[in-house]
Amino acid sequence: MNVLRTVLSEARLVAARDLRIEARSRVVVDQILPFAVLVLVLFGFALDADHRTLRTFAPGLFWVAVLLSALLAVQRSASVDAADGTGIALRMSGLSPVARYLGRTTAVLVQLLVLEAVLVGGLVVLYGVDVDDWFLLVVAGVVAGVAVAATGTLYGALASGLGARETLLPILVLPVLAPVLIGATRAFDDALGAAAVDGWAWTGLLTVAALILTMVGASAHGVLVED
Amino acid sequence: MATEPTSPDTTPPGAGRDTTGSRGSRLLGVVTLVGLAVLVVLAFVVTDPDVRIHPTSGEEFGQFDAVRMLYVHVPLAVMTYLAYGLCAVASAGVLIRRTPWWDVTAHAAAEVGTVFCGLVLVTGSIWGRPVWNTWWEWGDVRLMSTLILFLMFAGYLALRRTTGDPRASSRRAAVVALIAVLDIPLVNRSVEWWENRTLHQQSTLGDLKIEDLTLFTLMLGFLVLGMVLAWLLLHRFRVGWLERAALEHSVAAAIIERRAETPTSEVHRAVGEAGDAGTAAGDRS
Repeated sequence: MNVLRTVLSEARLVAARDLRIEARSRVVVDQILPFAVLVLVLFGFALDADHRTLRTFAPGLFWVAVLLSALLAVQRSASVDAADGTGIALRMSGLSPVARYLGRTTAVLVQLLVLEAVLVGGLVVLYGVDVDDWFLLVVAGVVAGVAVAATGTLYGALASGLGARETLLPILVLPVLAPVLIGATRAFDDALGAAAVDGWAWTGLLTVAALILTMVGASAHGVLVED
Repeated sequence: MATEPTSPDTTPPGAGRDTTGSRGSRLLGVVTLVGLAVLVVLAFVVTDPDVRIHPTSGEEFGQFDAVRMLYVHVPLAVMTYLAYGLCAVASAGVLIRRTPWWDVTAHAAAEVGTVFCGLVLVTGSIWGRPVWNTWWEWGDVRLMSTLILFLMFAGYLALRRTTGDPRASSRRAAVVALIAVLDIPLVNRSVEWWENRTLHQQSTLGDLKIEDLTLFTLMLGFLVLGMVLAWLLLHRFRVGWLERAALEHSVAAAIIERRAETPTSEVHRAVGEAGDAGTAAGDRS
């Protein structure tokens, strides 16, 4: 029990540090959020669509926008530790790799949730979407966000320090997140009334995926950062 | 690949210094080529097409000549599982034993497995055009999960090609491989788990619902493509091993060359200064 409490306490420290850095640098607010909204706008241009078409495809477009933006957030998170020997300092600090992983995942998750909230606003305003089930929308958004953050943080650590990090990360992480994209889109189909599917069943699958990905990430992170 | 040497300086068993071939691998290659020829004749000439008669309307239906592609497609899929399974085992070996032998094996298995996986997708697509009336079916879970598997290992191979510390790179690649192989049970069991979300038929091998010559040709397909897999793995492993040895040799040669550039007097002076400093330190203590 004490070990768990220590890990969670250390994870909170790391998450607070990452969020403090973000609050001061404002990269998510100034760059990643506008990029996400821009993706939604570009989908509208590319599909040359009316509101009915956009409402039909809104769940899929939403999650594609989230994934693309999440890549930027993850790269940003990984680059913070790559600069000025911060990663080495963290390693020397005595914080456990699991706590560091959970902390960074939490910080990325918080950023993703802000991103999702803004994008839902974008769906309502730009695509004319009506939300049928807010509770399902929030639960599915959080659970899928955990899966994306857990996977992104692991692969961000994996690609950090490599020469072609920016191009390698999407190739590595997007195939792993493809099932999450499918599940989250189906859950949002139900929440937004875009299709007759059982959103809660998909949310259940997403929960399993999020748990597995988080456990794999926590187990593997130590191997990667101790290189 | 029978033993586990700890350094690439050791030439792998059976490999010559200027070739990846050996008497055994050449014999395997010849037998494989003959087997491939027999398989092609049996699959594409001798066996019957899949033509059935509808009991009430009397119309012909079935897969017709497209069924011949399955003699290659199904064994390719099984060999893909085997190659990726070997990659997973070797990747676990990389993390536990941390020797180059496991690393080279994992890399070879992933590369050959990805070639096989690509062929599975291509042959499946060619088979699907006449049978399903489409090259690609987005709603098919097995197709999607196989594509995801292929893309994950494409990422693995991209990671292997990055520059940097080889030991760190091999451990990172091992983690990616171990995550990627989690998709294999999904690919394999998808037909049972999502019966309504796939056009793939369930396995008929266990029930032996298929006829003698068909079954024989399919089994020959497994055997021959298994030999192709073994041959490719053997040679890719040896290429990887020699690459590592060449890299270490070139680094060692570069160090010797760099040392030779430094005048001997400077080396002696540097060594002398270090020796004097050491003696002085010893006197003080």
